[in-house]
Amino acid sequence: MAEPAKRTSGWPNVRRFVRSIAVPLGAVALALIIGAVIIELSGASALKAYEALAQGAFGNARGWQRTLEKSTPLIFSGLAVAFAFKAGLFNIGAQGQLLFGAITAAWVGFAVHGLPPGIHAAVALTAGAIAGGLYGAIPGALKTYTGAHEVITTIMLNYVAMGFTDYLANGPLKDTSPGNIVARTPKILPSATLPTWHWLPFGFVLAVAAAAITWWILRRTTLGFEIRTVGQNPHAARYAGMKVARTVILTMVLSALLAGIGGAVETQGVVKRYEPGFNANLGFDGITVALLGKTDPFGVIPAAMLLGAMRAGSNQMQFKAHVAQEITDVVQALMLFFVAADMIVRWLLRMRQAEEGEKITLSTGWGAQ
Amino acid sequence: MSEIALEVRNIVKRFPGVLANDHVNFVLRKGEVHALLGENGAGKTTLMNIIYGLYRPDEGEIYVDGQKVTIDSPHDAIRLGIGMVHQHFMLVPVFTVAENLILGAEPTKGWSLDLKAAREAVRRLSAQYGLEVEPDAVVEDLPVGVQQRVEILKALYREAKILVLDEPTAVLTPQEVEELFVIMRQLTQRGVSIIFITHKLKEVLAIADHITVMRRGKVVGTTTPAETDEAGLAAMMVGRQVVLQVEKTPAKPGEVVLEVENLEVEDERGLPAVDGVSFEVREGEILGIAGVQGNGQTELVEAITGLRHIRNGHIRLGGQEAPERAPRYLIEHGMGHIPEDRQKHGLVLSYTIADNLVLCTYYQPPFARGLQRNQAAIVENAERLVNQFDVRTPSIFTTAGSLSGGNQQKVIVAREFSRPLKLLVANQPTRGLDVGSIEYIHKRIIQMRDQGVAVLLVSAELDEIMSLADRIAVMYRGKIVAVVEAGQVSKEELGLLMAGSGIEKARAG
Repeated sequence: MAEPAKRTSGWPNVRRFVRSIAVPLGAVALALIIGAVIIELSGASALKAYEALAQGAFGNARGWQRTLEKSTPLIFSGLAVAFAFKAGLFNIGAQGQLLFGAITAAWVGFAVHGLPPGIHAAVALTAGAIAGGLYGAIPGALKTYTGAHEVITTIMLNYVAMGFTDYLANGPLKDTSPGNIVARTPKILPSATLPTWHWLPFGFVLAVAAAAITWWILRRTTLGFEIRTVGQNPHAARYAGMKVARTVILTMVLSALLAGIGGAVETQGVVKRYEPGFNANLGFDGITVALLGKTDPFGVIPAAMLLGAMRAGSNQMQFKAHVAQEITDVVQALMLFFVAADMIVRWLLRMRQAEEGEKITLSTGWGAQ
Repeated sequence: MSEIALEVRNIVKRFPGVLANDHVNFVLRKGEVHALLGENGAGKTTLMNIIYGLYRPDEGEIYVDGQKVTIDSPHDAIRLGIGMVHQHFMLVPVFTVAENLILGAEPTKGWSLDLKAAREAVRRLSAQYGLEVEPDAVVEDLPVGVQQRVEILKALYREAKILVLDEPTAVLTPQEVEELFVIMRQLTQRGVSIIFITHKLKEVLAIADHITVMRRGKVVGTTTPAETDEAGLAAMMVGRQVVLQVEKTPAKPGEVVLEVENLEVEDERGLPAVDGVSFEVREGEILGIAGVQGNGQTELVEAITGLRHIRNGHIRLGGQEAPERAPRYLIEHGMGHIPEDRQKHGLVLSYTIADNLVLCTYYQPPFARGLQRNQAAIVENAERLVNQFDVRTPSIFTTAGSLSGGNQQKVIVAREFSRPLKLLVANQPTRGLDVGSIEYIHKRIIQMRDQGVAVLLVSAELDEIMSLADRIAVMYRGKIVAVVEAGQVSKEELGLLMAGSGIEKARAG
């Protein structure tokens, strides 16, 4: 009975992997099918539309670059949401944390002079990360010390962040160069920008590295064990002597840190300044990305790239197939719907509900700690 | 007496990977108490859920009063006169007895509820079946034994002729158990037939007319109390001879390890749950805390193990005042804890056995190397402990949630016993386990004691306390009302103490 077991490897692992990606793939397929029906009903050709979408996203080097650029902040915000999930926390606040990261990086980028190119970029990126992280400490501390649910506090803090960054971009940090009437910061110095090699943005490389590090923390470190234990069973975590309160705050900070880097990378790599509207929804879409990626750090990458590709190609789709860009939003919303309502997909795929391994809890109860 | 109230023939119920009921036959005669005995997972509950319409059998037939019936829902069951009293009561605590009684079948007068009729129904049924209950009493104010009577009345109000009692004695004091037995006798005299589900052998022998024993989904046999005894029933349940009496030598108490002084602890609602408790536990002895569930034992243990805020008083471990709410300090200073609720506190069910086995020590070498966990050491540890503690599992990478209760408890015991211990706090260590696992865990606890560990054992099972403990402290309403030497007290005396009588009164009988 109790003979030493071999490390689980080989076929069972492959089967588990296939099972684990079946629901997200099914959700994507379903969303695309319903999207196609909508396109056909509106009088256009779904096949042509999707073809144009794919062309725009992957048809050439420019397309690839756009796709990778669009996916990069989504990887970060997706990682942020997924990371918090592992501790049982639903961080809806990635948007606000990302905004703080974006504007802080912009400020360091244009206001700090005299740093050598690489260093300046690194300093701006770090500043953005810290700003995002600190902003995430607020809901963490509120949850720990007052029991305020993080879903509520992070939603509200998003509005605070939007209002405050709007104010900064239109006030103290506004670009005062003659002729500018738009609320935005000055352009960051070239020394603070992140490079793009041919079609490969440096930010994307950072994002993949961040996913690997996130995976390593969660799976290989004692801290990750604590985070996952708190997420799976906080009672057992306390019983085992883990400091649950500290873990909750730390997780929120690290999660927000990832979102903050996402904002900084978007500023330094793509927008080159802070301008409200350019970062809209990047944080919110992190929720879709995290769920589509099964809250797995490496699952987040393809999920973010899928959403990124839809954005990168939607222009082309509108231009060539005369289908409104907004159809991609519809498809994206449907994906989220089918991943969240995974019972539907399971039923279609005739999959059993019971699945081994760690559960993803969409949200703990209001009173739950 | 020989008329048949209920019969099931060749019931088969399959769950994925399990044959929960394997051609089960069972005959309940009119006016008898028929005990259904078996270990957890033997298929008793599945069978009852089939009879009560919660599951549908894959094969087999059910007859009520000689008529073949199909029971698709509890609604059908009630219509056929089958009532069920669950282990956890289904009462609304803030309602009165009368209001609870009519819930779901309310008598009305026009548009309004006819509470007068409800009250009369309570009185009528009380008189008819000899079940005394005050119709206007609020349920949450009633003792557990009386709440159970309300549950039985509820079934009778729905004209149940067949009553299923699911582990009805688990929450009762020995005296309340006696009262329940009297009630059961009165019910059967009035023509009610009772299925009594339990795993307590003594009770079965005391009350049942027939005893059906199940094991692994099959009926092993049906017998009567006259034809068998405890050892015989245990052997039927487990399939082999079982040592019921724990063998142990007299304790050799040494230094004081745990000292609790004037401890006051509050429950969730801020009410005093532990009210000025003092005691000590020495090396090499087992102090048992007896008491009916809900008299402060849970809060006491949580305070001692660092999980609950202490309002007042002191807890010293090895002479040192323990910092409050610091489980890690306690763990590092030699405390092991078998928690009351193994699935809530003791395990992370979604984790592998290997991860659960390092739940308390994951941050120490060899399980951690710097920031990283040392996978090889974790695997090696798990393989060793799974062997040593006979955890029945296909692999150390199996999740804890897919193990049986007994094996889950073995994982906890293995983890806690694998550290050098000075103090072991065991709260209900064998609750819900099968006879085989109980035997094993008892042996291990005695072994720890003999190695010089101080053991604090909390249990609602008097038999467990009496066979394991060297000294027994009785807890009642947050206070320790008596501390007695284990050999010098009878079960009846303990029962009276648990019900709140003083020691002299208990001795006087």
